[in-house]
Amino acid sequence: MSKVIKLTKGLDIKLNGKAEKVVQPQGTITRCALKPTDFRALVPKLVVKVGDEVKAGDVLFTDKAHPEIKFTSPVSGTVEEIKRGERRKLLEVVVKADSETRYREFEKANVQSLSREELIQRLLESGLWPTLKQRPYDIIASPESMPKAIFVSAFDTAPLAPDYDVILNGQEKDLQTGLDCLAKLCGRKVNLNLQADTPSTSLFTKLQNVEINYFKGKHPAGNAGIQINRLNPINKGEIVWVVNVQDVALIGRLFNEGRFDARKIVAIAGSEISKPMYYHSILGASVRDMLAGKLKNQTEERIISGNVLTGTNVEQNGFLGFYDNLLTVIPEGNHYEFLGWAAPGFNKFSASKLFPSFLCPKKHYTLDTNFHGERRAFVVSGQYEQVFPMDIYPVYLLKAILAQDIDRMEQLGIYEVAPEDMALCEFVCTSKTPVQQIVNEGIELMMKETN
Amino acid sequence: MNFLRNFLDKQKPKFEKGGKLSKLHSVFTGFESFLFVPNETTSGGAHIRDAVDLKRTMIVVVLALVPALLFGMYNVGYQNALATGSIESLSGLFCNGLFELFFYGLCKVLPMIVVSYVVGLGIEFAVAQIKGHEINEGFLVSGLLIPMIMPVEAPLWMVGLSTAFAVIIGKEIFGGTGMNIWNPALLARAFFFFSYPSQISGDKVWIASDTVDAISKATPLSEMAQGQPLTYSVADLFWGFVPGSVGETSAFCILIGAVILLLTNVASWRTMLSVFAGGFLMAWAFESVSQVSALHQLLMGGFMFGAVFMATDPVTSAQTNTGKIIYGLLIGAMAIIIRCINPGYPEGMMLAILLMNTFAPLIDWFVVQSNIKRRLKRAKAIAH
Repeated sequence: MSKVIKLTKGLDIKLNGKAEKVVQPQGTITRCALKPTDFRALVPKLVVKVGDEVKAGDVLFTDKAHPEIKFTSPVSGTVEEIKRGERRKLLEVVVKADSETRYREFEKANVQSLSREELIQRLLESGLWPTLKQRPYDIIASPESMPKAIFVSAFDTAPLAPDYDVILNGQEKDLQTGLDCLAKLCGRKVNLNLQADTPSTSLFTKLQNVEINYFKGKHPAGNAGIQINRLNPINKGEIVWVVNVQDVALIGRLFNEGRFDARKIVAIAGSEISKPMYYHSILGASVRDMLAGKLKNQTEERIISGNVLTGTNVEQNGFLGFYDNLLTVIPEGNHYEFLGWAAPGFNKFSASKLFPSFLCPKKHYTLDTNFHGERRAFVVSGQYEQVFPMDIYPVYLLKAILAQDIDRMEQLGIYEVAPEDMALCEFVCTSKTPVQQIVNEGIELMMKETN
Repeated sequence: MNFLRNFLDKQKPKFEKGGKLSKLHSVFTGFESFLFVPNETTSGGAHIRDAVDLKRTMIVVVLALVPALLFGMYNVGYQNALATGSIESLSGLFCNGLFELFFYGLCKVLPMIVVSYVVGLGIEFAVAQIKGHEINEGFLVSGLLIPMIMPVEAPLWMVGLSTAFAVIIGKEIFGGTGMNIWNPALLARAFFFFSYPSQISGDKVWIASDTVDAISKATPLSEMAQGQPLTYSVADLFWGFVPGSVGETSAFCILIGAVILLLTNVASWRTMLSVFAGGFLMAWAFESVSQVSALHQLLMGGFMFGAVFMATDPVTSAQTNTGKIIYGLLIGAMAIIIRCINPGYPEGMMLAILLMNTFAPLIDWFVVQSNIKRRLKRAKAIAH
């Protein structure tokens, strides 16, 4: 029986430049890249070298700790560049795309007739395994582990987030196959979570072999981490897998077509985009190609792969992140503001009631990347709790992480949070505490200590 | 404002490392960030940030203090005039001499404010520079609170000394704003109270005097402490025409501040409300001992001021929502108990808040511990 779960805590940040619900064809994508930095705690082992010819589905690099986990090229073409950073850290493996994509053939198969091991094998071979993320720690799932549940969130409540009803329209068959595959991986129905006001015409309500629950509330209601916490919370030693809903369709396509067909639909949004809409694109697509002719070019821009709360800063010559279905462009905020803390600030948005924004809850804002102040010690209390819908004391968890107290972190709920779940805490913080970075450090420490 | 910006940009290199005035780096950035919100952008983490910052938060608290402060200044003049006989009673109060009375109070109170800010900010600036961090905004509020909870006849050097004690011992040695255990303003008052008790208690310090002879007049609290019947009406107490510390007398003005703090959500309604609830319940229970009605109790002395501006200090109060309620109830109750039972101190609010500041982390510890137990229970329920 599906439940409707109401979340009273959270915050919707209404930004200008939401994508209109129209899917447009994309101009040609000339280059794609996989970025090992998209995966937490991954140590990559490079398999190709510059100049190698690859097909879509051929391995570019693998996971050093789990060599069976492969990362494969989303397009066919030539390896154009292997970009490294400090201490030769592998940053990007760039593939120059052929005009016509050649695919490495994996056989078509009926998910029902394959065993769990065979399914895992195919996902690993094709490079789709990394779409499966595990909680705790928000890392790529281990192929040897058995999750107690698999969670798929069919909606995203983050600022300017894409509407998956638009993205997946027409891909019901692949989606169903993907969900069947996941159900077999964990031995029970997949938890599919929908927004409370989802119309019955939505493609998600017609899916089979899933346990549907509804969530009502503000961001982060759409985060799988929050949904897990409410429906099937993670205790010590337990594992839950999380898959993005568009990635579920990619998994389905692998079995229906026998290919790693990484084409996806991506929303391009933000106040600096002249016509925010949905575009056909591909995993790891070049940002320059994606944004060609779409920028307003009025001011210096920040291009973000993902949403404004959790996304990564990518330059024009960067690439869409592995898990991202959204490209956001907002203005940079590198300007001074005279007595900005004292001015009324009608164009500013604040979750506090210290700016007029709380009087007009329906207004949309153009927000830039200004830090709006300076870093301070924790002063204001009760702020995080208002935007963090879990039964966890966020400040105490952060302090335990800062003190590197493993036992305390465990007791206070480190297993249940990912940085994205606490991104709003970072947004609202008066003291500008780098919450997501602290959670990242906590997760890294836990992984190191409990290995 | 471009010329100002350009000027600052030109001066900036002098204060950077290696510059002529690099010893004043913290002071410069302090003033710069006061004038201009910095041009720093987000790097890593959330790309957009809430417009709020600590300056905005603190300035709202200062704003909320202003009605009580202005009335306090006026009341200093009024009490003096009343005691010296130049006006007779409340009647005709607003008709003549309103401005003169206020101006008289201003002259008395402003030096206290100046001393408190100069000493406190001076220490803040120096410590920030030595430790190489930025100047925190916390003292903007503490610096105003300190003169408001002092008697008007407090010698300036003592105001300065207690401010220095509070800032150094109460705050900086713990690491500055956000790290302190006790409310700095109350710590200043406590230092004063125990070091020079004759200058801050008794009947001779509450009325400003222009001669060497102090004017003696009992405050409502001392009347109660001496077991005398109260000579002040509820109306006097509510509007604030009574002798007392500079900012604490007018319940009405403090309530205006409370409304500002609650509407902007800067102060926790949980703390504020539970202080009043705890105080009222205890005052009601002690009515037979104190011979004073519960309403009088809440309006007297520093109870209102402490409940609205002191107990709600987010740094020194309990941090969890449940903890705030317990913390508040205990402050209210404790303040009345000290007033009614302790023969030594007529006022209990200061000691009650400082005491609960000390215990706030313990209260939170129990609240957080219950959360941990809940999580463990959940795990066990599944295991069975």
